[in-house]
Amino acid sequence: MSDTPIISIKGLYKIFGKDPQSVIDLVKNGMGKDELLERHGHVLGLRDINIDMSPGKITVIMGLSGSGKSTLIRHLNRLIDPTAGEVIVAGEDVLTYDEARLRTLRRETMSMVFQKFALMPHRTVLQNAGMSRIVRGQDQETADREGAKWLDRVGLGGNHGQYPHQLSGGMQQRVGIARALSSDSPIMLMDEAFSALDPLIRTDMQDLLLELQEELHKTIVFITHDLDEALKLADHLVILKDGAIVQQGEPQHILLNPADPYIEDFVSDINRARVLRVRSVMQPWQPNQHAFAGTVDQNDTLEHLIELSGGDTNFTYKVESKGHEVGILEMRDLVRALVPARPANGDGPAAR
Amino acid sequence: MAFYDQLFDTLGLRAWCDAGGTGGGPMTMAELLAKSSGNSGAEEKPTPLLETPFPSLDALNAACPSVTRTRDMTDGVENAFLAIKDPLKFVLDPITQPLSWALNGSLEMFETIPWFILIPLLGLLVWYAARSMALVAFVIGSFLFLGLIDHYIYAVQTLSIIFVCTLICIALGVPIGIAMSRSDTMQRISIPILDMLQTLPTFVYLIPLIFLFSVTEPKLYGIAIILYAIVPVVRLTDLGIRLVDKDVIEAADAFGMTDRQKLWGVQVPLALPNIMAGVNQTIMMSLAMVVIASLVSAPGLGVLVLRGIRNLELGVGLVSGFGIVLLAVLLDRVTKAALGRINKSQKA
Repeated sequence: MSDTPIISIKGLYKIFGKDPQSVIDLVKNGMGKDELLERHGHVLGLRDINIDMSPGKITVIMGLSGSGKSTLIRHLNRLIDPTAGEVIVAGEDVLTYDEARLRTLRRETMSMVFQKFALMPHRTVLQNAGMSRIVRGQDQETADREGAKWLDRVGLGGNHGQYPHQLSGGMQQRVGIARALSSDSPIMLMDEAFSALDPLIRTDMQDLLLELQEELHKTIVFITHDLDEALKLADHLVILKDGAIVQQGEPQHILLNPADPYIEDFVSDINRARVLRVRSVMQPWQPNQHAFAGTVDQNDTLEHLIELSGGDTNFTYKVESKGHEVGILEMRDLVRALVPARPANGDGPAAR
Repeated sequence: MAFYDQLFDTLGLRAWCDAGGTGGGPMTMAELLAKSSGNSGAEEKPTPLLETPFPSLDALNAACPSVTRTRDMTDGVENAFLAIKDPLKFVLDPITQPLSWALNGSLEMFETIPWFILIPLLGLLVWYAARSMALVAFVIGSFLFLGLIDHYIYAVQTLSIIFVCTLICIALGVPIGIAMSRSDTMQRISIPILDMLQTLPTFVYLIPLIFLFSVTEPKLYGIAIILYAIVPVVRLTDLGIRLVDKDVIEAADAFGMTDRQKLWGVQVPLALPNIMAGVNQTIMMSLAMVVIASLVSAPGLGVLVLRGIRNLELGVGLVSGFGIVLLAVLLDRVTKAALGRINKSQKA
């Protein structure tokens, strides 16, 4: 499934300023953001970005404001053009596209969901949801049918005739998602899609997205500044800082093996019991001795296990995945994994 | 002995000065006064330093006849205009002819429709635009009142001129505004022209137009009104489109809209409240201009105002002036109500 990446970003640089080409070599030779701004008056947006995104997975790009994450996602559908590098989508370099080809890409291959919803205020919810079809040149009937189908799917079946300003923020973003889904594109770009919503609604929307993903298997690129959200959604997590990638990989792996102090800081505030899963802390399966206290799934959270064991650290559990034994979990390992690993501990949680 | 003689002498330009004009042409008022006071023979006293005249063209001419006088300069401007008048007329006349037809046609139409049909028709139009029964009653009441005091036909003539001129202002102004919103260069060029059109005294438009076209032609006042009244609709179209939410435009781009889809599907609809505000101002300004245009044979309430001024008929002037105010108020209310309806349907 995740053999060849559907989106592949290679050596991407973005510099803002009057004449970016004049300073690109300086940046490639390692000039820093501050020095570039001070000496040459150019702003470094992105530096040497390389990411492979697998089809059908959620890739989350996380960083604080100013880290370049929104700039990065806009390179995928070329709302922003890079200074150097390649963006390869389904085997073709998007940067070589002319205007017509680029429009086709935006209409049929990639749809986008925005932080501030960006719905058309003068159109009804149904018209907004079916917009991508009209833009593509299809008739009103198709647009309404597709729009209605996806509005029903995101739980807005009864709001077709309303205008966006009559809806709450969460509902507006549901329209935004329906609009993106109705274009039937394999790739969905989500630029801080849930950041403007309040926490409870945000959780609802995350659940909705995961639920949709379960059946649709889109390739989703999700931007966020919220680590909890990133860990909840990500199949592949990319952490950006000052326009460069600090670490990328499987989120559980990043959590257990932070690559530098910046990420350590980041992950130290996380409720690890809720985020970490059994598969990340278990030992490999050995068919022998143990008397197991019970059987758990490899995707159960550690929180669930603590509840199950009643806090007793002497228990050992059998870990299964789809009915097969895949590992052994000792509660001691679990407890150890709950504390951020400061010194490098060799026998610690099983990492890849 | 003129004050600046010394200056020309020291500059060594005396020969050039004397070779120049002999001061011919009609006498200036100053010369006439000097002559009639009869002390031409008396010895001139040197001018005290505090009374140094400004080195204007006239003062310099007194010392050096080669320098042109100010009135020669204005003559020159006039002659230059007269020189390009004929070719200009040759080009502009056919282009603007449809305007005459439109104004005449509309005038004829408004005048031939009987009052008992036109007034309900206007009421219907107001209902369609504003959906307010009170406003419909106000408009119908106003026209019935104007009819009662025998001003109905004048008011209808004024309305007809405004109707045509506003339509043309919108037809020309909105595309210009759109062009300005898409190109910064276009905006930089257009803004000084718009400023000039707006600040130039309204009578000044009329003078060159009188030279170009015959005073009896309706397009004469049509052009004057359009030039004056087109400014707000252009400005507010430009502004309205530039103010459209950047996020919405980005979304339109992200879904692959063409420029045309974006313009007519997103930018113009979202700029509509501003464009409508511009139309409202355009109507108000053409109403202001239509009174002045009656100087060049524009029919309507302005003619009565003019009669009031010319013959000092205070009552005629005041009553027709009130008629214009009434027309202004109801046009303003109707367009504002229509604007309000648009605003309500797309409050962000």
